[in-house]
Amino acid sequence: MLQLGTLQPPSLTRGGYPPEMCESIRLVEATRPRRLTETFPAMSLEEREAILREFHPDYKEEAFRAIRVGVSEGQRMPLELADVVEGRPHIGPDFDLSCPAAVTDVLVIGGGGAGASAALLAQENGARVILVTKLRFGDANTMMAQGGIQAADRPEDSPAIHYLDIIGGGHFTNVPELVEALAMDAPFVIKWLEELGVMFDKEPDGTMKEEHGGGTSRRRMHSARDYTGAEIMRTLRDEVRNREPDITVIEFSPAIELVLDDRGQIAGAVVMNLETGARHFISARAVVLATGGSGRLHYQGFPTTNHYGATADGVVLAYRVGAPLGYLESMQYHPTGAAFPEQIVGQLVTEKVRGLGAQPVNKYGEQFVYPLEPRDVESAAFIRECALGRGVVTPSGQPGVWLDSPMIDIIHGPGTTQRALPAMVRQFARFGIDMTKEPILVYPTLHYQNGGVRLRPDGSTAVPGLFIAGEVSGGVHGHNRLMGNSLLEITVFGRRAGRAAAEFARRMNPGRPTLAHLEAWNRELAEAGIDTGVVSPILLPDYTRKG
Amino acid sequence: MAEDSLIPVYIMGKQYMVPPSLTIMKAMEYAGYKLIRGVGCRGGFCGACGTAYRIQGDPRLYFGLACQTVVQPGMYLAQIPFFPAQRARYDITRLEPTATTLFSVYPELLRCLGCGTCTKACPQEIDVRAYMAAGMRGDIVRMADLSFDCLMCGLCAARCPAEEAQYNIAILARRLYGRYLAPRSRHLEERLEEIKNGKFDAQIAELKSLSREELVARYKARDIEP
Repeated sequence: MLQLGTLQPPSLTRGGYPPEMCESIRLVEATRPRRLTETFPAMSLEEREAILREFHPDYKEEAFRAIRVGVSEGQRMPLELADVVEGRPHIGPDFDLSCPAAVTDVLVIGGGGAGASAALLAQENGARVILVTKLRFGDANTMMAQGGIQAADRPEDSPAIHYLDIIGGGHFTNVPELVEALAMDAPFVIKWLEELGVMFDKEPDGTMKEEHGGGTSRRRMHSARDYTGAEIMRTLRDEVRNREPDITVIEFSPAIELVLDDRGQIAGAVVMNLETGARHFISARAVVLATGGSGRLHYQGFPTTNHYGATADGVVLAYRVGAPLGYLESMQYHPTGAAFPEQIVGQLVTEKVRGLGAQPVNKYGEQFVYPLEPRDVESAAFIRECALGRGVVTPSGQPGVWLDSPMIDIIHGPGTTQRALPAMVRQFARFGIDMTKEPILVYPTLHYQNGGVRLRPDGSTAVPGLFIAGEVSGGVHGHNRLMGNSLLEITVFGRRAGRAAAEFARRMNPGRPTLAHLEAWNRELAEAGIDTGVVSPILLPDYTRKG
Repeated sequence: MAEDSLIPVYIMGKQYMVPPSLTIMKAMEYAGYKLIRGVGCRGGFCGACGTAYRIQGDPRLYFGLACQTVVQPGMYLAQIPFFPAQRARYDITRLEPTATTLFSVYPELLRCLGCGTCTKACPQEIDVRAYMAAGMRGDIVRMADLSFDCLMCGLCAARCPAEEAQYNIAILARRLYGRYLAPRSRHLEERLEEIKNGKFDAQIAELKSLSREELVARYKARDIEP
C-alpha cells in the first residue's frame, strides 16, 4: 500500500487499544510461539451438533415464529422477518397498470452480482433488459465479500469433493440438484470471470493461489487480494455498462410489487423512484429477482456486515405472488465481525484471516476452537467462550475473542498480510490498530440469509416467468453456507436465471396484467386478523435518532 | 450522553451537536438524516459515501468515506455521492492489451498534468498520480496493480484540474490485464475439459443417490488437505 500524500488531520488517529485490553494482548503474545506449532482439534459432527444447540442464535426458540398466511403458512422464521413478510403492500389492487413506463423482455430487480450476471446472460441470449436497483448499481453485499470464491479446479480436488463439502456444511439438508449445479458450474464461472477481466491471485506460472475456507476439505478459495467481491462486482458492472442500450440500468428505483397477468404468469413490477416517491409499472415478459438478503433487519439485535439495502425485499415480493419459501429458520452469523473499535462493530473481518493462519484465542491467549469449522459452529464456539467469561470485554461492554493476526506474517513471511489483506489492514489502521503486529478483537455478526425463495436448478421458481438468483433464494446451502460459495452462487445462478429468463421471454404468451393477487393477499391478512403495522418491502432501515 | 460531551459539526453548513465517537455517516443519522444517496455498504467497500470536509481554522480540504471517518469538532462536511464522469463504451473481447488501446479508448489520459491532486483526494490512499503516470507510459500491468484497491468513489475525478475520470481508465487497465496479460491457469483449462467430457458425472450421480446416513458417513471419512 502506498502511503503517499493522503491528508488526514492528525487528531483523527485514535491510538489503538486501551490499557486493560493491552494486558490481554501480552498474554496472546506470550502463548504465540507455542501455538505456532499447535492446532486445536476439529469437532466431530456430534460435538458440532451439541454446541450449535446450546449457543447458536438459530436455536433460540423465542426469537422465531411461524407465518400465518400464504403458500408457506407455518414456515418458521425470525420474528423481525415474519413481521415484514406479513406486511401490507405499498399500493392497492387498483393501481393503474394501463400505461407502463417501460416495456422490456427481461426485468432484473437488484444491482448486485447476481443481478448483473443475470442481465449479461439474458442480453447474450437475445433479450432486451432493464435492471432496476434500490441504491447505486453495485451497492450490494457482493461488493463487500472479501475472502473468495470456491471452485474445484485443481487436480487434487473435484466437483464431487466440493459437493460433499457443501452438503456437509449445510447439515445435509441442501437440495442435491442445486448443489450439483453449484459445484459443476464453478470452474466455468471462474473462466467466465477471467475472460471479463477479473484479476485472480495467481502464481507467476498461472497456477491459481487457493486457500482453505471454513468447512473445505481442499484448498479451492480463489481470491483477488481481499477485494474479491469488489473486483467481481466492478467488473460485472463495467461490462453491463458496456452493453447499454441493450441493457438499461435504473438506479434508486426499488421494486415495491410484482405484477402477474390473468394467466398467472409474471408481467413485470411496480418500481418506486426513491427520491421523488413516484411509482411506475415496468412491463416485462420475465423477471429475475436478485435483491439479496436481510441483515438490516438485525435479527435478535445483532449487528450486521450487510449493506444498507439488505431488507428482505425479494422474499416479500415473491411470497405475495405465491412463490414458496424455505430454510428461513436459519441465518448465518459470521464468526468474525469486528468487536473493536466501536465505530466498526459488526463489520466483516474476512475468513481469509483464519485461512492464512490467524488463530482465535481467548483472553488468556489460549486456543479454544479449530480455526476453520463451518461458520455456524465457529460462531457458536465464540459465543460460548464469551458466555463462559473467557472473552475480552471492551470499554463499551462489547464482548469478543482475539484473532491472532500477527501469526500470518510469522508463518508466511513479512509483508504477507499487507499483500493479501490490504482492505483489512486499512480498515484497522484507520483506527490506530496495526493488525500485522497486534491481534484484532472479533465477535459473531449477522451475515447471510441461508434460506429464501425456493429455487430450482435452472433459476426458476414456482411462479411462471419469475426467476431468482443469489441470497434471495433458498435451498443451495441447506442450513449453513460455506465461505466462498456465495460469490459462486450469485454467478452460477445469476447466469442460469438470466439465460432461462431470456428463453422464457421468447416463448411466452402474455396475458393482461393485473394486481388481483393483492386483493387476495389483503383478504387473507384481514381474515387471519393480521396487522403487523409494517408496510413492506421496507426498502431501507431507519437509523435516525428517535426522540 | 451528557449534553456537554457533544461536539459541533456542520452538515451542509448547518450546525448539529453529535457524540464525538460517531462516524460521519452515523453523525448524519444522529442529526436526523435518513440517508438515500451517499450511503451503501457502510463498510468501506462500495465508494458511495465519498465526503469532503474542512476543519474550522484549517485552510486545507480533506476527504474520506463517511462510513469510515470519525467526526471532529468544527468539521464542515458535504457528501459527493454522485459525480458525472466520462466513461467510454468498449467491447473487451475486441481490444488489444496495448498502450494504443488505452490512448484510443481514453484519449484524455494524455492530458494528465501530474499534479497529484487526485492522490490527495483518494480515501483509499492509492497513489492515483502514479497509476495515471503508468497509464501514460502504456504500462497496463503497473496501472492495474497500483489501482487495484480503487472503490470508484469518484473523488479523484471530482478534484482533477485536467478533467480526467481516473477510476474509469483504471478499470479498463485492470480488465485488460485480467483478460489478456495475466498468466493462464492450465489446471483450470484441464478441469473444464474434464467436466465437459463427463468425468465427474457418475461421481455426482452417486452422491445424489446416497441416503442421508451414507452421505454423513462419506462426509466424515473425507480426507482434509493440509
